[in-house]
Amino acid sequence: MSDSLYQEIILDHYKNPKGRGLREPFGGEAHHVNPTCGDEITIRVALDGEKITDVSYDGQGCSISQASASVLHELLTGSTVDDAFATERVFTELMQGRGQVEPDEDVLGDGIAFAGVAKYPARVKCALLSWMAFKDATARALAGAGPIEEETR
Amino acid sequence: MSAPHSPLDVDRVRKDFPILERRLAGDHPLVYLDSANTSQKPTAVLDTLAEHYTRHNANVARAVHQLGEESTAAFEGARDKLAALIKAPSRDEVIFTKNASEALNLVAHTLASGLADDPRYRLGPGDEIVVTEMEHHSNIVPWQLAAKRTGAAFRWFGLTDDGRLDLSTIGELINERTKIVSLVHQSNSLGTVNDVATVVARAREVGALVLLDGSQSVPHQPIDVTALGVDLLAFTGHKMVGPTGIGVLWGRREVLDALPPFLGGGEMIETVAMTGSTFAPIPHKFEAGTPPIAQAIGLGAAVDYLTGIGLDRVHAHEQALTAYTLEKLNAVDGVRIIGPNSTESRGGTVSFVLDGVHPHDVGQLLDERGVAVRVGHHCARPVCVRYGIPATTRASFYLYTTFDEIDALADGLHQVKRFFG
Ligand SMILES: Cc1ncc(COP(=O)(O)O)c(C=O)c1O
Repeated sequence: MSDSLYQEIILDHYKNPKGRGLREPFGGEAHHVNPTCGDEITIRVALDGEKITDVSYDGQGCSISQASASVLHELLTGSTVDDAFATERVFTELMQGRGQVEPDEDVLGDGIAFAGVAKYPARVKCALLSWMAFKDATARALAGAGPIEEETR
Repeated sequence: MSAPHSPLDVDRVRKDFPILERRLAGDHPLVYLDSANTSQKPTAVLDTLAEHYTRHNANVARAVHQLGEESTAAFEGARDKLAALIKAPSRDEVIFTKNASEALNLVAHTLASGLADDPRYRLGPGDEIVVTEMEHHSNIVPWQLAAKRTGAAFRWFGLTDDGRLDLSTIGELINERTKIVSLVHQSNSLGTVNDVATVVARAREVGALVLLDGSQSVPHQPIDVTALGVDLLAFTGHKMVGPTGIGVLWGRREVLDALPPFLGGGEMIETVAMTGSTFAPIPHKFEAGTPPIAQAIGLGAAVDYLTGIGLDRVHAHEQALTAYTLEKLNAVDGVRIIGPNSTESRGGTVSFVLDGVHPHDVGQLLDERGVAVRVGHHCARPVCVRYGIPATTRASFYLYTTFDEIDALADGLHQVKRFFG
């Protein structure tokens, strides 16, 4: 069972997170918490026009939530906002698919390792935490809202 | 380390709990270490529930027919059993609620309602409410709401580094303005058993009420409300081998008489007129509407079961388990116990963190071996904040817990460490 949930790729990202740490400059920031387990993530998005030049983050939580943020950083940094939102939609669909959705490696890269998480309803929220925060932070960056912190579930 | 001696024949006890024979995914036997969350139920309780619905079902206190009489006798009989369990001076002082949360809310709500005749039972500006930092959310939030409604101040005891109440400020914290002190007897996250006597003594000096949350103590040790000296005691049926949907508020008659009604409805009245109503005496004053009948009767069967075994022996068994657990966990590199690290004044609930591994991951990997623990803040988030941790892993025991199950937990932790190492 653990083989399907804790893929080697997830453990790798957990132990050696990519792009971790909050950086300046940034256009929008969001802080999300998972109230049932206390997982937390802060995400900052820096934009240059339509292009995402950096996604930086910091947080604490389980391997799933932290590895997911690392994968997000890798996938979305350098892409356009539209492409990033498209990727976010595909990842969310995979997570909410109860293990019935076939992951698309071309779109999700290392994100396909989270396919097994979809079978554990209690952990889906962990995997999605950083992605929801990313959406919020990007929306704020697009609105030119700058650094506001807001708690959302 | 060999398993220490227990006064309980646990193998026999386990035969009373059919669920403990379950095998989980991967054919792992269930190792249930989550009894502080909810306990398992013995056949005696399950049979009583079925028997009630199969043979005696009727509403209580409103029927002249035979089934109604049987049902009423069984329901009121359960009240007698609960009163005897906690050595209540009168059976009328035992109020059935739906759980401990409702019992705690009943007290907070009626004190905040301002409807009591006697000003000692009305919260208002200038009054103070005292709780502790180790309370379950059910004993924090109702008081925060009461404070907000009435303008009373909300205050609390802090915790020491080793998981005990910091009583050093008690003289100032409980003062002439204090109307009520509401504290937990045994913490559901730390396992700490609090020094109730010291708190009661100070509360007496200033004339404050004391409400004790016995959700985690009544199931695990003999309780005598008079010896404890508290005014009110709340506890919940499902943690003491009883059904869900039933809890108890006990209170001294004088206190319950002085508090105004909580919910209005059938059975709690003396007479109702469109111009106004008068209310039934306790216990019915606080039991509006059709009560949880089967659940109360089931809880009565749970009391019979526990007293048949002997709560002193249950307690001794859990003390032996706790000593064994602390020894085993302290021997695992990277484990830090959150709460008292000895069996002195503590019960069979052990929270811990494992270096470098989030509790969520610990719980998931243990579950894959059939070991059921709780992870998170256990509805006592301020405790986690106090100790600077996001969450803990918690193992909690009961009369059916074995030493082998503690070994399974420790083995599981070694496995978790290898996995994340
Ligand atoms: C100390 C304590 N108080 C109150 C409660 C609330 O019990 P219930 O959820 O049955 O109302 C619990 C149970 O989690 C508890 O452990």
